[in-house]
Amino acid sequence: MHVTTFKKQLASVVAAAALSAGASMVHAQEDTIKVGILHSLSGTMAISETVLKDTVEMLIEEQNANGGLLGRELEAVVVDPASNWPLFAEKARELLAQEEVDVIFGNWTSVSRKSVLPVVEELNGLLFYPVQYEGEESSENVFYTGAAPNQQAIPAVDYLMNELGVERWVLAGTDYVYPRTTNKILETYLKDSGVAAEDIMINYTPFGHSDWQNIVSDIKTFGSAGKKTAVVSTINGDANVPFYRELGNQGIDATDIPVVAFSVGEQELSGIDTGPLVGHLAAWNYFMSVDSDANYDFIDQWIEYTGDEEAVTNDPMEAHYIGFNMWVKAVEKAETTDVDAVKDAIIGVTVPNLTGGYATMMPNHHITKPVLIGEIQDNGQFSIVWETPATVAGDAWSDFLPGSRDLIADWRAPMRCGNYNVKEGNCGASAGEQAMAAE
Amino acid sequence: MSIPRWLTLLLIVLLTLPAATATAQQDTSAEALLEQLADASPRETESVIKTIATSGHERARDWLDAYGNNRLSRVEDTGQIVIVLNNRGRDWEVADAVTGENLGEMSRRGLDRIAVNNAIRRQLEGVMAMMDLYDSNLDVREAAALDLLGKVDDAIVDDVTARIDEEPNADIRNRLEQAVAIYQVEEQGSVAAVDVLAGSLHPRARAALNSAVASEDPALRAPAEKALGSIEQKLKMNKAAETLYFGLSLGSVLVLAAIGLAITFGVMGVINMAHGELIMLGAYTTWGMQQLLPGQPGLALILSIPAGFLVAALAGIAIERSVIQFLKGRPLETLLATFGISLILQQLVRTVISPQNRTVVSPEWMSGSLVINDALSLTLNRLYVLAFALVVFAALMLIMRRTRLGLEVRAVTQNRAMARSMGIKATRVDIMTFALGSGVAGLAGVALSQLTNVGPNLGQNYIIDSFMVVVFGGVGNLWGTLVAGLSLGTINQLLEPWAGAVLAKIIVLVFIILFIQKRPKGLFPQKGRAAEA
Repeated sequence: MHVTTFKKQLASVVAAAALSAGASMVHAQEDTIKVGILHSLSGTMAISETVLKDTVEMLIEEQNANGGLLGRELEAVVVDPASNWPLFAEKARELLAQEEVDVIFGNWTSVSRKSVLPVVEELNGLLFYPVQYEGEESSENVFYTGAAPNQQAIPAVDYLMNELGVERWVLAGTDYVYPRTTNKILETYLKDSGVAAEDIMINYTPFGHSDWQNIVSDIKTFGSAGKKTAVVSTINGDANVPFYRELGNQGIDATDIPVVAFSVGEQELSGIDTGPLVGHLAAWNYFMSVDSDANYDFIDQWIEYTGDEEAVTNDPMEAHYIGFNMWVKAVEKAETTDVDAVKDAIIGVTVPNLTGGYATMMPNHHITKPVLIGEIQDNGQFSIVWETPATVAGDAWSDFLPGSRDLIADWRAPMRCGNYNVKEGNCGASAGEQAMAAE
Repeated sequence: MSIPRWLTLLLIVLLTLPAATATAQQDTSAEALLEQLADASPRETESVIKTIATSGHERARDWLDAYGNNRLSRVEDTGQIVIVLNNRGRDWEVADAVTGENLGEMSRRGLDRIAVNNAIRRQLEGVMAMMDLYDSNLDVREAAALDLLGKVDDAIVDDVTARIDEEPNADIRNRLEQAVAIYQVEEQGSVAAVDVLAGSLHPRARAALNSAVASEDPALRAPAEKALGSIEQKLKMNKAAETLYFGLSLGSVLVLAAIGLAITFGVMGVINMAHGELIMLGAYTTWGMQQLLPGQPGLALILSIPAGFLVAALAGIAIERSVIQFLKGRPLETLLATFGISLILQQLVRTVISPQNRTVVSPEWMSGSLVINDALSLTLNRLYVLAFALVVFAALMLIMRRTRLGLEVRAVTQNRAMARSMGIKATRVDIMTFALGSGVAGLAGVALSQLTNVGPNLGQNYIIDSFMVVVFGGVGNLWGTLVAGLSLGTINQLLEPWAGAVLAKIIVLVFIILFIQKRPKGLFPQKGRAAEA
């Protein structure tokens, strides 16, 4: 008797909850367009990802101030995946299934993206991923607004080779998928350009590595072989600070052995005294020091939004700026937030970037970007010393990896495939399925 | 009639154009020189820099210095050339380049930076070093001569050679000869110059010899190979000394991080997973001190030593009173509770201060390195940390061996009931001991702020290593911690060159696991009745 009443009670509570949830969902659907933000606000990645959450919130606020989208307000739905990769998938599911968001902006690390992939493909969501990554992926539901290797690594190596006459190479990276893939691509590229195997030194270090004495000393020795030497660094996050400190202390000058980094931006430099680093390089698609009105306006807006006079902007923030505006434009074009309609509408959409040019969404879900090389200055900013004459379209599948050179991605009808093999003429498993299989 | 007139006009213009540029070239007023620098194409820059360097203007070196540091800019509206004094934020403080007069703040939007890159900077360094060679200060001249190694090029080689004979100091003369020899070997393939470089350990000299070895000319190759051979031998010795230093330095960091734990875990037996966060608090104290005393990073750092100790010790007392005292004798629960505290402290710092890393500036006297010879130099920040670790260790030893507190601590840990019956307030001793261990963790944080990131994750990176060192050294033994820390650091650095950083770490871990299997009580196990208690 007791049990049945409890069950009844429970059932009625659940039913009421479901009803009210359903009602509120219908209500929300009518009133607002929900934008999911999936960035870590706690844990190790919070250092990089919190500003991206703020960026999207700022963009939403601005859009609402300008009358919203399709006459409706935008509403940010923020979740915290806490730098925990499996939690990213859970939170993505929560955003898509419970909150029913129309689009998600999120992720930083590749492993978190791989964790989310099966979920966004299964539930047919939209994900804008704003960070430079190793490529070798194109999902129907993901838009990659950060750089692919051909938009960052390869042009940077070209610059060193052609402008600085570098002949000897140290490829130093943190031991995980992005540096390993990037270095594999670069190694092939360098060897194709006639660099001998003994002129390439590859070195991997664990996450958060803090004792760089030996490695920096090795680089110094490697660099005294009579050929111009440069370091290509895919060292990630926190490990950069002690690395650069050690470089400075051991007296490695940018004029002797320049270091070009792919993961060091304004944000990372704000944690170091950059005096000894002047002249070391970074390759990005945006720098805070870009001399364009769009950029100055964005910086003003950002400083006002954060209320911090010292706040810095960086490349992934620009990627979200571009991604957000592309999505807005695609929704306006499709006149609906329906995922399938937006997915089709967004290909070919062009919006201004912050460097004074334009970014276009390509059929492979990557965008066009200019490639900039900047030298570190003593104020923690970069001064641009070189840029590609035109924008470069992101290549999902590198031409410098065996197995990947024959693949192309094109999400337009009739192909609609992220990894079409031009030799065999077939389409492989989707990115999400591959990510599942890899687990 | 009109056509010839038009032609004459054109002719006059054409004839005067080169003349006009020629006069511009010769115009050596400050404005004109800066104007030339700003307008120079990449190809012309070199000659403009040389003109400025030899112009004799009293501010010429300031201009080149500002130019090399990206601080020379042109005001968009007026075309005036200015030196940026402060380039942080949106409004920059500028001064007139010609007069040096401070013009106040100006929006960044209105300034056009005069572009510089590594190639130009390299040349600038050579030119400025050249100018410094005439300085009356010996240190300035010495630094300049060292700077010139590898930077001598066609443009300045004659000046440098001429300067050698005028230089009164033998060491500097020697350096200049080497600098010229590097140029001669690399650019001219001079055999005589190889001999000059034979004894030098400088990486630049070695680079030049290496390029000579790779050359086509056998007459050059043979002496270069011989010279290189003699250098290699000396380099090997230096390399060994360097590796030892690296090992001791890493070891000292491990000792510093672990020694507080050696007291709380080793002596008291409390598994404190929040130990890393106490280190982090020490590091943040350093940052806070530097915020309080802007412009005096050295003073702030020294004041941080007592401050860091106090902050971490107070935090330790709070943890001990609020949690640990209730979990006495329940190690598993202590472990979980302190792990929770560690997460709380991390997130607290993230929310209250910032999830971003904080900049802790190294004072002037801690940057750079102590040069033993051209191939061996000891980085100063690590040298200080090494010394600091030894001082902290000695102080702790003194406290434990020579003070009443130390005596009471030992008594309480060896036999709590007996100690209490002798009138020792065991609870008070617990608090004091935990505060001491925590305070030392804070000191470690102050030191680590000079080596690594100051951020919320700082502590996490050291907690595992700390436990490893304490367990390896033998729980309850401070000497064990010292020996274990230094030897683990050295083993790690010896393995790293051939195994790589990732593998070296794994090998050390496996080694410790095997060692603990064989000797569960570590290197220096406690003997006697205390061990059984």
